Amino acid sequence: MNDLIKKVTQLLDDKTINVFIGYGQGTASRIRTIFVKNSSQVENLVYTSDCTANLAGYLLKHEVKKIGKLGILANDSALRSMMQLASEFQIKDGEVYVLHAAKDGSFTEFADFQSIEAYLVTIDTGITSDEQERIAKLEAMTVKERWIFWNKEFEKCIKCYACRAACPMCYCHRCTTDVNQPQWIPVASHEQGNLDYHLMRAMHLAGRCVNCGECANACPMDIPLNLLTYQLIAPIRTTFDATAGMKADAVYALSTFKPDDKENFII
Amino acid sequence: MEKELKILKYSDLPKMIEKFISQGYPVLAPVHKGKIVEIEYVQSLDSIALDVLLSTQSAKKAAFPKVEKVLEYTMNKAGVVQHPVDPADSKETILFGVRPCDASGFKSLDAIFGEGPSDQFYLSKKEKTTIISFSCPVADEYCFCTSVGGGPGNTAGSDLQFTSVSKDELLVEILTEKGKKASRIFADLLTEANSAIDKTKFIADVKVVFDLDSVVAKTTASFGNAELWLEQSLRCIGCGACAFVCPTCACFDFQDEQDTKKGVRLRLWDSCGFSLFTLHTSGHNPREVQSQRWRQRIMHKFAYMPEQLKVVGCEGCGRCSRACPVDMNIKEHLTAIREQVTV
Ligand code: SF4
Ligand code: SF4
Repeated sequence: MNDLIKKVTQLLDDKTINVFIGYGQGTASRIRTIFVKNSSQVENLVYTSDCTANLAGYLLKHEVKKIGKLGILANDSALRSMMQLASEFQIKDGEVYVLHAAKDGSFTEFADFQSIEAYLVTIDTGITSDEQERIAKLEAMTVKERWIFWNKEFEKCIKCYACRAACPMCYCHRCTTDVNQPQWIPVASHEQGNLDYHLMRAMHLAGRCVNCGECANACPMDIPLNLLTYQLIAPIRTTFDATAGMKADAVYALSTFKPDDKENFII
Repeated sequence: MEKELKILKYSDLPKMIEKFISQGYPVLAPVHKGKIVEIEYVQSLDSIALDVLLSTQSAKKAAFPKVEKVLEYTMNKAGVVQHPVDPADSKETILFGVRPCDASGFKSLDAIFGEGPSDQFYLSKKEKTTIISFSCPVADEYCFCTSVGGGPGNTAGSDLQFTSVSKDELLVEILTEKGKKASRIFADLLTEANSAIDKTKFIADVKVVFDLDSVVAKTTASFGNAELWLEQSLRCIGCGACAFVCPTCACFDFQDEQDTKKGVRLRLWDSCGFSLFTLHTSGHNPREVQSQRWRQRIMHKFAYMPEQLKVVGCEGCGRCSRACPVDMNIKEHLTAIREQVTV
């Protein structure tokens, strides 16, 4: 913790960065994102086992970017989001100062995207065993049972779009749900509108979701949305040998064509 | 009307619900759904979650549902034929087991929907809803009802209010004519109450955290204080969770859904937190950035509504803070306005 404070103080003092995105104490024992702009605010930084949120989404927020050069405390998920965002031309190498927070509480500076990539190949990018279990249960269901399961979950949805807002990969300036000429997705939060929205979102995250779980954590109605996007990770991996958020110059599996691509999914 | 006090036995609650249902009144009440608590139609007391602090969403959907059909139409070569939806086409309903902040939330909605060309879709549903609230025996750190003129035993907006006064008995306050009418349905279960009974002994102690007049004055003076709104909202991600769980947020959108022959016009919840909310067709957006949208949320509730409708647009339920994925805590932000702004 002292290392973190020392490092961030130095970065702000020597103007390497203008703001550091990290974790601070929130209300009701929650952890929240804080933006440290000068060394007098550095003491507000905390780092505990509860600091699990993926902060990478803030790298794209207009009002955050306007502050100046950004520094970020990135956990493994945030690093992967950053690589994915880089591959989609949303952030550039050298633009962001990256301090990596490892699970053991140590902090390492990553000088460039290449060193992030080198680190990412050494970690386990899979989903947790609890999530695996839940997905296995879903996959064991008949199509009809699964349909009922998801419709029941979506029934609770109020279309607050917290899932979309919390997802670092949902950065589109004009989301498909917001387009009205033509209208692709019914705006209403009724059965059809909820179903269409969630299927569209899942499809748009296939091969891009870095399994950080922010969507499900954000949902006020406790809908396990992450299971929907996580279920698409394995097919993309086995079909196209692609894993999201590993390389800054990756080409997106679903928008590229290789002559040896498998075609077994075409019916 | 003068309020009346009665006693109802806990053990008679199932019978009371049965009576409502058998006499044709649908009952809306909080229901556990996994980790959240929804407000839904129930058939018996068993499914009602009376042990929870607050439902996840407010009870506003009783009169202001998230999706509401307001018009149907058909189209043919000659043009469009409208088939109006009758706003009065709803059943008399009992809204049961909600909290005082839910009941008083309807006061703000009444003011909003009753102003100007009054909104019959809301008003007629509200008129047909009898609200039976339960005072709060406990509160949590998100609650600040007493700072915005409410309280854990506040009866404003309720037709009947129940307070647990012992482990077997509920004090029943009959507060309105509507409440009186509903109480007749289970009159045989009620006994006289001792008028000296002190309700405050049975409800939570919610500390006042700020002086409302001062918050209203300071918020009203802060429109141009861009720094304040930016500082507060830098972590806001611009979703609509706060507005959708709020008992007083009333913004809506209209959408037509149609095929080539017929269509419906729907009224849907909307939120000032969305970037699309104020986006003009031209592409211009008068609230371009999130801090301006956050300012709107707070100013609407604590400056514009007090000025125009003589009500504050917040009940202090804290639902928005609980629902917020990034811990925007309205109690904290209002306290900061109270402390930081000088007028
Ligand atoms: S966060 Fe939950 S309630 Fe909100 S739109 Fe997403 S799934 Fe629906
Ligand atoms: S603004 Fe928040 S605290 Fe106030 S009534 Fe709405 S949800 Fe409750």
